[in-house]
Amino acid sequence: MQKTFKIITILFILLGFGQIGLTAEKELLGAGATFPYPLYSKMFDVYQKEFGVKVNYQAIGSGGGIRQLINKTVDFGGSDAIMSEKDQAEAGGPILHIPICAGAVVITYNLPGSPQLKFTPDIIGDIFLGKIKKWNDRRLQEINPGTNLPDMNITVVHRSDGSGTTFIFSDYLSKVSNEWRGQVGKGTSLKWPTGIGGKGNPGVAGLVQQTPGSIGYVELIYALQNKMPYGMVKNKKGNYIQANLKSTTLAANTALPDDMKVSLTDTDSPDGYPISGFTWLLVFQEQDYARKSKEKAKELVKLLWWMTHEGQVHAEPLHYAPLSPKAAEKTEKLIKSISYKGSSLIQ
Amino acid sequence: MNMQAEHFSKVANSENFFRKLLSLAGVFIIVILLAILFTLFISSFPAIRTFGIYFFSGSTWDPVRSEFGALPFLMGTLATSLLALAISIIFSLPISIFLGEYFTQGGKATFIKSMIELLAGVPSVIYGFWGLFVMAPLVRKLELSLGVAPLGVGIFTASLILAIMIIPYSASLAREVISLVPADLKEAAYSLGATRLEVIQKVILPYAKSGIIAGILLSLGRALGETMAVTMVIGNRNSIPNSIFSPANTLASIIANEFTEATDSIYLASLVELALVLFLVTTFLNTLGKWIIHRMAVNR
Amino acid sequence: MESYSVKRRIFYDKLFKAIIVFLTFCSILPLFFILFFITSKGISMINWDFLTQLPKPVGEWGGGISNALIGTFLLVIIASIFSIPIGILTGIFLSEYRNGQLAYLTRLCTEILQGIPSIVIGIIAYIWLVIPLGSFSALSGGIALGLMMLPVIIMATEETLKLIPDSLREASLALGVSYPRTVLKVILPAGFSGIITGILLGTARIAGETAPLLFTAFGSPYMNYNILKPINSLPLVIFNYASSPYPEWHKLAWGASLVLIILTLILNLFTKLVTKKWKIQF
Repeated sequence: MQKTFKIITILFILLGFGQIGLTAEKELLGAGATFPYPLYSKMFDVYQKEFGVKVNYQAIGSGGGIRQLINKTVDFGGSDAIMSEKDQAEAGGPILHIPICAGAVVITYNLPGSPQLKFTPDIIGDIFLGKIKKWNDRRLQEINPGTNLPDMNITVVHRSDGSGTTFIFSDYLSKVSNEWRGQVGKGTSLKWPTGIGGKGNPGVAGLVQQTPGSIGYVELIYALQNKMPYGMVKNKKGNYIQANLKSTTLAANTALPDDMKVSLTDTDSPDGYPISGFTWLLVFQEQDYARKSKEKAKELVKLLWWMTHEGQVHAEPLHYAPLSPKAAEKTEKLIKSISYKGSSLIQ
Repeated sequence: MNMQAEHFSKVANSENFFRKLLSLAGVFIIVILLAILFTLFISSFPAIRTFGIYFFSGSTWDPVRSEFGALPFLMGTLATSLLALAISIIFSLPISIFLGEYFTQGGKATFIKSMIELLAGVPSVIYGFWGLFVMAPLVRKLELSLGVAPLGVGIFTASLILAIMIIPYSASLAREVISLVPADLKEAAYSLGATRLEVIQKVILPYAKSGIIAGILLSLGRALGETMAVTMVIGNRNSIPNSIFSPANTLASIIANEFTEATDSIYLASLVELALVLFLVTTFLNTLGKWIIHRMAVNR
Repeated sequence: MESYSVKRRIFYDKLFKAIIVFLTFCSILPLFFILFFITSKGISMINWDFLTQLPKPVGEWGGGISNALIGTFLLVIIASIFSIPIGILTGIFLSEYRNGQLAYLTRLCTEILQGIPSIVIGIIAYIWLVIPLGSFSALSGGIALGLMMLPVIIMATEETLKLIPDSLREASLALGVSYPRTVLKVILPAGFSGIITGILLGTARIAGETAPLLFTAFGSPYMNYNILKPINSLPLVIFNYASSPYPEWHKLAWGASLVLIILTLILNLFTKLVTKKWKIQF
């Protein structure tokens, strides 16, 4: 009895450890944003079928992606939030923000009849500040004259986890509302004045779906996939814009810095959707850390290159805006600057 | 003679080795526990140093400004646990009397006992799942009829689910305690003509009182640490709840939500400090409860 | 006058009993609700594909929980390898050295360990294993679960061995069997059923645990046999899919819940059978 037990134990340990040599190089680990998760999930599935490399991406929120990258427990982090100075300093080495696509943060809501509503920046701010409490508030009714808004309480739904979607949304609100900027500010985890929290984009979508009279912010694809209504938002030039591929692409058509760390919110473009944002994959510029092999670093760079070139075809069907030629050019430069022991990993 | 001495010394050696091995196993557990305490303390030290005692009175949890106060979660934890405890006592005390007095053996007893064991065996995440999809809509209907915001999630829902989860635990504790009441005490009362109810009222419960209180403490300890089911139905709001239907967060649920992404060391340390508080409080309650029951068993 | 008050007392007595019985049966109602709900929603999902396929990308219909099943299985194995040997040894220690100082401390620490909330164990495993190893892994998840299983096994072993009469040990020692042999080959087998019960109960408890895995096993959409890499598990699947807005994922979660509940039920039943069949009465 004891002998068999010993043998089984040894077999299992061998099995477990034996796998290391075989598969370690062909696997990449990533974590972070839920914003682009539908796209990444599709991309990684295709990539695995084509190249045999498994990419395990867990959508735990941008905050999680940043933290796990700094802790060096993942190969890359997904984030729609630009890393703060503090986080950059803690990371110990420069971290590149590789843009993959642009998306839109839409205002989705749960009302009987799912009417198509319009929102202005100050109204959005005041709803999420808790100052506008009812759906049939005078200001909402004013800009939605054709719709009979019900006498229901507004339940705000926000993120309970650290989120890049929150970052984009609060970045926008900080630009259009002085009160928001002063009281709440922008970040991945905020001190929300009101509302309940859902985990990840899916969590917020789920709560809005189930709670009558609720309002929340999610990436466009989550509203589309779940057939939830979302509002048109008045942009800087005074036009009411519906979030879609075109309006997101227009918002992304702006001056791009070399490091691609740019915010797309409150766009100047007349037909651009004002609450848009890039989503990035974060990687260390110098890949020689934590006993990482050169092969693995090469696989990572190959993945990044594929995602920003051939992989881009998967963006449009899922309503994400692919990288513009200008953006792609800057991105290529960034990827080429990823090095292992100083020398570039890609020609 | 030489071989015999050799053999005996070998035996003595193997015995010594074995005894040492056993003692080592015992020490191992102690070391693990101390290591856990130590780790929690060290990791939360930056927060302890920064906020000091004001950590517990601070009601702001603001990761943007690195201001962390635990009061909302202390209140959320207390509110859900106490409410859950109150609701569960209504059911667990009858169960324990049922199994401890009325039906101690036989078919009905086995049936109820098995059902209670099954109830205890359902994983927490399934309770949360069921709570989100069945209880939350029901609570939403209730809230609509009361004119309160129809969130469906919040302290009330979390307490209901939590109550169902701790019923088996508190019931088995109470039953254990009730069975500790000496038979001769009960028989004396019966022989004086008391009814079942009167024996329960006037003999069993007073005698088992401290044990039942211990059971309450232990159940409270269990409820405080419950994570998954609560996280899924509590509404995830980092501010002090102001009504029974408010969304809130408990110590356990805020850790589950925010741990993987605490992006700077004060944030992380604050979360670990919450874990430390959880650890200390549950340890205190558990130790106290077990000590009371132990004393009761020893004193009979 | 006297018979009136006696009648009243008897009435209250009967009323009380009725209330007690009523409340008792009420309290097991949630169990039936939960089982009914999960079965009705999950049964349609259970088919061969479900159990043998990997999950599909977001928004696509189909897929299964095969990696989660293997993952749960692997995690339980790792937890067992960690906790069973140490747990049994400690249990033996506690039953042999009943009243020593060290035994008292060990027992105290075991009880405290048992009461630690699972999320705290998850944090500990993260700090002890994930950060130093530089990666989320099945190993860290398994050890976290093992830490939770340890007190269960220790206490079950101690309780079982305590029931074995000293005469057995004394007889064996009197026959010249060495102390280690006595413990391992005489006493331990006598307490076999109780120890197996402890192991099964511990397994049932950790198979459904989610919180410790949140920061350790991490989850994965792929099949994984490498213990140094992240791994999926049934409770993680349920948690992630239940909080999503996709109806397809909800259905997957129901199916996974049904599988998990059936697994737990089987383990519990097994425990009862073992106790009945193999329990040695003294």
